[in-house]
Amino acid sequence: MAQPGRPDSHSRGDLGRVDVEETKLPGIGLRHEFLTVRERRIGVLTHRMGRRDVFLYSEDDPDAVESMVILTDDEADTLSGLLGGARFAEHLDRALGEVPGVAIERLPLPVDSRYAGHVLGDTHARTETGVSIVALLRAGDVLPAPGPATCLLGGDTLVVVGTPEGIAALSALLAR
Amino acid sequence: MILAVEVGAETVGSHIAPLLIELGAVVLGLAILGRAAHRVGLSPVPLYLLGGLAFGHGGVLPLTASGDFVEVGAEIGVLLLLLTLGLEYSASELVGNLRGSGWTAPVDLVANATPGFLAGLLLGFGWRGGLALAGVTWVSSSGIVAKTLSDLGRLANRETGSILSVLVLEDLAMALYLPVLTVVVMGGGLARGSLQVATAVGVLLLVLVVSLRYGERLSRLLPADNPELLTLTLMGAMLLVAGLTQQLQVSAAVGAFLVGIAVSGPVAIGAHQLLMPLRDLFAAVFFVFFGLSTDPSEIPAVLLPAVALGVLTAATKVGSGWYAARRAGVGKRGRLRAGLTLTPRGEFSIVIAGLAATGLGEARLTSLAATYVLLLAVAGPLLARCADPLANWMYPPLPGREPRLAG
Repeated sequence: MAQPGRPDSHSRGDLGRVDVEETKLPGIGLRHEFLTVRERRIGVLTHRMGRRDVFLYSEDDPDAVESMVILTDDEADTLSGLLGGARFAEHLDRALGEVPGVAIERLPLPVDSRYAGHVLGDTHARTETGVSIVALLRAGDVLPAPGPATCLLGGDTLVVVGTPEGIAALSALLAR
Repeated sequence: MILAVEVGAETVGSHIAPLLIELGAVVLGLAILGRAAHRVGLSPVPLYLLGGLAFGHGGVLPLTASGDFVEVGAEIGVLLLLLTLGLEYSASELVGNLRGSGWTAPVDLVANATPGFLAGLLLGFGWRGGLALAGVTWVSSSGIVAKTLSDLGRLANRETGSILSVLVLEDLAMALYLPVLTVVVMGGGLARGSLQVATAVGVLLLVLVVSLRYGERLSRLLPADNPELLTLTLMGAMLLVAGLTQQLQVSAAVGAFLVGIAVSGPVAIGAHQLLMPLRDLFAAVFFVFFGLSTDPSEIPAVLLPAVALGVLTAATKVGSGWYAARRAGVGKRGRLRAGLTLTPRGEFSIVIAGLAATGLGEARLTSLAATYVLLLAVAGPLLARCADPLANWMYPPLPGREPRLAG
């Protein structure tokens, strides 16, 4: 995928629907960058040792980094989860938006809920309210399609699908 | 029998004490110098060289007891410098860089080696000395440049790719240049010389091909999960291969570099971390040793040529760096940054000068190289720092631009 006239270490790949430019930096790591619709160049530098830098290029000088944030492994996971998790719910929303009578909602599990630390099956959510729990969002991670044996933790967010009444009932159940 | 052993032990003991004291004082002295360098944000290399000058012949505190150890330590320092450099690259990165590089490497070579070669001729070092000096002025210091990029927060800048590409190409070229230089400075006829150069090229190609094909399999043989065994294995392999390549007169340093290239993948990253402290210690010893073998009283005589050569080759480096960045589609300000960032010369120039010194025995060449590296190792990072203000002055940002909301 090398561009003619450019060093071989450059390549353009299609990560999602955005034109991402990838550059190998020998001895340092790998740099990915792309231009947003509003014409800001943004990128991620993945160091060989696992450190990740998220950075924004200057508007006056398209080659210079204007500001940079250095992330540890955990922080990078969290950030990607925040972006990924939100996008996941949006995708579901869009997919289910056209079905009348079906709602999708994100329900937080209160830290003091009786179900915090219990498995999902203990809530009997489906039998009691008819609502399906399709994903868990935890510390930025998405756990899709949790089973009855999946453990719930206080602070988790449950992505649920059902009737508006059912979801209200589940919300009340979780708050107990 | 017992008496003899005791006498032996005593002589060893009386020899070891001053050696330890002297060595300890030197290494502690280096630590203090390194600390000072760190505080003002400089590379420690020039300070180590200054330290070596102080301890050497005609210096303030000449070393007497630890000379042998320092000499062997310096040799190991060179090998470790090149081994860790090789560990940073994989064979596929090297070949990939070479393929996409076009005229970058030739432009870099011609622009920066020619002034050194001509200076060598003008100063009466002969063509052999000229060839050595050409190498000294040619190669940028990978160590100093990489550190400057990271210090200035420019690792993610778009011109960084072309800067690193130049460094990689130079390092790869060293694998051919060092054997040639070894042959040339050692004398020996044209026939024998070309045979050795051919051997060098053959060994280099062999290692590149083997590590491209079997690098991962070879690396998997290494005890990745056992730091102790990994250190011993790599040190052993490095010394053995370096010794063998030296025997073939291909230059031990190139052997060590090739060992580093052959090791790839996660093991290489782990090994790099593991060997860093060892490398730092022995490389410091190497820079001191080079300072030791330089006579400070020679420096005033070579100061003027060194400054002139420094200014000239800083300028040519800006030119070749500019060219490399332009090829990669980087804008003018980025090109200026790339050029100025590449100006520092350092460890490699000293390795080359050291090699030439042992063969040619030209004291003035050593002093010239030491002074030259002292200048550019200090001035180079400062020039890199000045790149942005300079670019603002040369290419002012367009005035009256609509301020825009971020995003």
